[in-house]
Amino acid sequence: MTIALETKGLVKRFGGLVATDNVSFKLEQGARHALIGPNGAGKTTFINLLTGVIKPTAGQIFLEGQEITGLRPELRVQRGLARTFQINQLFPAMTPLETIGLAVSERTGGGHDWWRVTGSKREIIDEIVEIAQRFRLTDVLDERTSNLAYGKQRLLEIAVAFACKPRVLLLDEPAAGVPEAERHELLATVAALPRDVSVLLIEHDMDLVFSFADRISVMVNGALFTEGTVEQVSTDPKVRAVYLGESVDE
Amino acid sequence: MLTILFDGIAYGMLLFVLACGLAVTLGLMNFVNLAHGAFAMAGGYVTAVLMNRIGVPFLATLPLAFIVPAILGLVLERTLYKRLYSRSHLDQVLFSIGLVFMAVAAVDYSFGSQQQLIQLPTWLQGRIDILGVQVGLYRSFIIVICGALVVALQLILTKTRFGSRLRAAVDDPRVARGLGINVSLIFATTFAFGSGLAGLGGALGAEILGLDPTFPLKFMIYFLIVVTVGGTTSITGPFLASLLLGIADVAGKYYVPSVGAFVIYTLMIVVLVLRPQGLFERAR
Amino acid sequence: MSTNIADHVRATLVRRGRWGIGEILFWLIAAATLYFLPERHLILNEIVIIGLFALSLDLILGYAGIVSLGHAAFFGLGAYTAGILARDGIADPLLGLGAAAIAAALLGFVTSFLVLRGSDLTKLMVTLGVALVLGEIANQASWLTGGADGLQGIAMGPILGLFEFDIFGTTAYGYSLTVTFLLFILARRIVVSPYGLSLRSIRDNPLKARAVGIPVNRRLVAVYTLAAAYAGIAGALLAQTTQFVSLDVLAFHRSADVMLVLVIGGVGYLYGGLIGAIVFKVLQDVISAWTPQYWQFWIGLILVIIVLAGRERLTERVRVLWKGVAGRTAKSPETLPKTSAREV
Repeated sequence: MTIALETKGLVKRFGGLVATDNVSFKLEQGARHALIGPNGAGKTTFINLLTGVIKPTAGQIFLEGQEITGLRPELRVQRGLARTFQINQLFPAMTPLETIGLAVSERTGGGHDWWRVTGSKREIIDEIVEIAQRFRLTDVLDERTSNLAYGKQRLLEIAVAFACKPRVLLLDEPAAGVPEAERHELLATVAALPRDVSVLLIEHDMDLVFSFADRISVMVNGALFTEGTVEQVSTDPKVRAVYLGESVDE
Repeated sequence: MLTILFDGIAYGMLLFVLACGLAVTLGLMNFVNLAHGAFAMAGGYVTAVLMNRIGVPFLATLPLAFIVPAILGLVLERTLYKRLYSRSHLDQVLFSIGLVFMAVAAVDYSFGSQQQLIQLPTWLQGRIDILGVQVGLYRSFIIVICGALVVALQLILTKTRFGSRLRAAVDDPRVARGLGINVSLIFATTFAFGSGLAGLGGALGAEILGLDPTFPLKFMIYFLIVVTVGGTTSITGPFLASLLLGIADVAGKYYVPSVGAFVIYTLMIVVLVLRPQGLFERAR
Repeated sequence: MSTNIADHVRATLVRRGRWGIGEILFWLIAAATLYFLPERHLILNEIVIIGLFALSLDLILGYAGIVSLGHAAFFGLGAYTAGILARDGIADPLLGLGAAAIAAALLGFVTSFLVLRGSDLTKLMVTLGVALVLGEIANQASWLTGGADGLQGIAMGPILGLFEFDIFGTTAYGYSLTVTFLLFILARRIVVSPYGLSLRSIRDNPLKARAVGIPVNRRLVAVYTLAAAYAGIAGALLAQTTQFVSLDVLAFHRSADVMLVLVIGGVGYLYGGLIGAIVFKVLQDVISAWTPQYWQFWIGLILVIIVLAGRERLTERVRVLWKGVAGRTAKSPETLPKTSAREV
């Protein structure tokens, strides 16, 4: 198995606080890997380090064997590392059609293209349609994003990341806050992501984790606590202790 | 040399009294109020009109120069400003520019476009010689008054209950609300007080800065420099910034008049680019 | 099913690139005024120039979301560049226009790096500061600019060696209108391109724009530079057609007025600047006829009311109205053959 994404000794300190503690992590090609952990375990910080929103204090990050530690966020995206955000980060005044069109034409180098009208290229149109269908957005393509139902917004969030044609896709709590009625649609599209995209899923929802992932890493206090198959992790008494302790606190 | 320093300090203190209300509006309500100078102008005109038309002595006009703009500020805050706290900065800028335009034209209409001159009482005129330094009496007066105000402000902020509530509200309005603090009342009071101070500054400064209908536009940039360079989380920041600006401006005009305000604007840009949070702010 | 969607997608995307009847009418009427309103050419010329200036502000405010209170810096630099060239004997208008555009673009490029960081307030202060610094320079360097007396002795040659400027302003108006129209076509093309779409996305949510792989800073620098060049050309047009430049071109009220013009017309759909310029000038004309000195008061009042009434809402309404008129294209987009999709 080749390694899609790897970190070596990744550390992030905020003042005295260690948010990411010497994390060495491997995401295999085509993996469905979940990263779980109690609130405040540093999962989102870890994602932010991977995507380059913040810079690590120490350590390295590799995407398909190439070091990307010092690369700017947008360059990482261009190399095939895309993410979704825990809280929707969309373009409220644009339609899903424009949003997906933007991501597709950016990826195909159209962003410098200031003379051509958006949508004059056949391949781009086809790809927009394909993505809209995959993420069940065809019926809301022309609505203002800010008017969409929350579940649709979450779908669009994933669709945009997917439109960047990532080799590695980081999903930060894709199902968070989605009402029960819209949940099924979301889970189905996540499950149907093509296998050549390696996915790292950060999630609280254990149902989603167990149904989706084939490997699980547990993060506690910024460090990797344990890692294994779904079977191993779900029966691990230490993991249970961490989670029970957490739920008592809450 | 020392005379210039002295004049600069007087000028700087005046700027502080004029601008500190703006620092609070900005820090507390995150409101970009370009019309702050209009309140200062109101104070200046109160003094000028009372003195020149009715013959009220200078000192007696000062309380009114505080009260009238304060009431004006209170009314405007309650009726108009509060609707715009949650709006974009662009809206706030447009709104307050509109107010400035209205104030400028209204004052021009009522009092004419000429400079308003005020006759200082004789005991404030002239200069005396202290240890070989020529010191203007009126400027000493300003330093004393403004210095007292600064100390009073600092005491109010740090020692009183209102002060601690205000600081809590500046730190995090939502948390402050959660603690049962009436944030909107604090907003209104502070806005009125800041407007009043600006008015007082306008009255005190009429002699030094000049007073005509374009006052709010002319000094807008100075007020903005004070708050952006000084930061808005304490009053020491704007105070130091005011002193620096006052001294630099007076010294610049004296030594290198041909360069004019050029240096100050350039410095402001440099500071803002290097330290967008302000010169005296610790990076968060 | 999916071909239907594909057609719909293409039609929706391409529709924005096509000119509506209302738009064509707008420009036809503008062109017609060249013949039908000869006695108004001086003021029309002014309107067009302000409109172009506001259009340039729309590019950075409406499409990239940068709040600027110092846009007059570029306008003024363009005006002085063109004016000084003409005074010193380079009388060809187009040459002056080009030089002004380049000078303003250079300044825009350099200063754009200053407005990439910081809050709205910092941007506002920095842009304002740049304009003030320029104003000071123009004031002090009176050997070059004429200082407070203004730049005198501008003599323009004929445009393309053919059209002499006349005292009725007809040539001037035709010239300004043509230049503005050409620049408008370019701007319109840009805002419907993928590049323009990426600008809108940056305005909406810069963080997300980065996550989609958009090099945000580079895009902003580019549009800021472009807008500066536009403003510079507007300034140059003013200098050339009025044959006079004063410190006024760099003054604060220039920057404030242009923002007002844009806000009256509505931000973010390109016509806002032009429509705003017409409304602004007409208002100014009407109000000053009625109360010459204090028209600023009413302008201020209008601004306050616009903001209180909800600028966004008003703009949205104007836009909808505009779409009602302008959006009606010659044929409904669905029935258009594929090749008409403005492929370049």
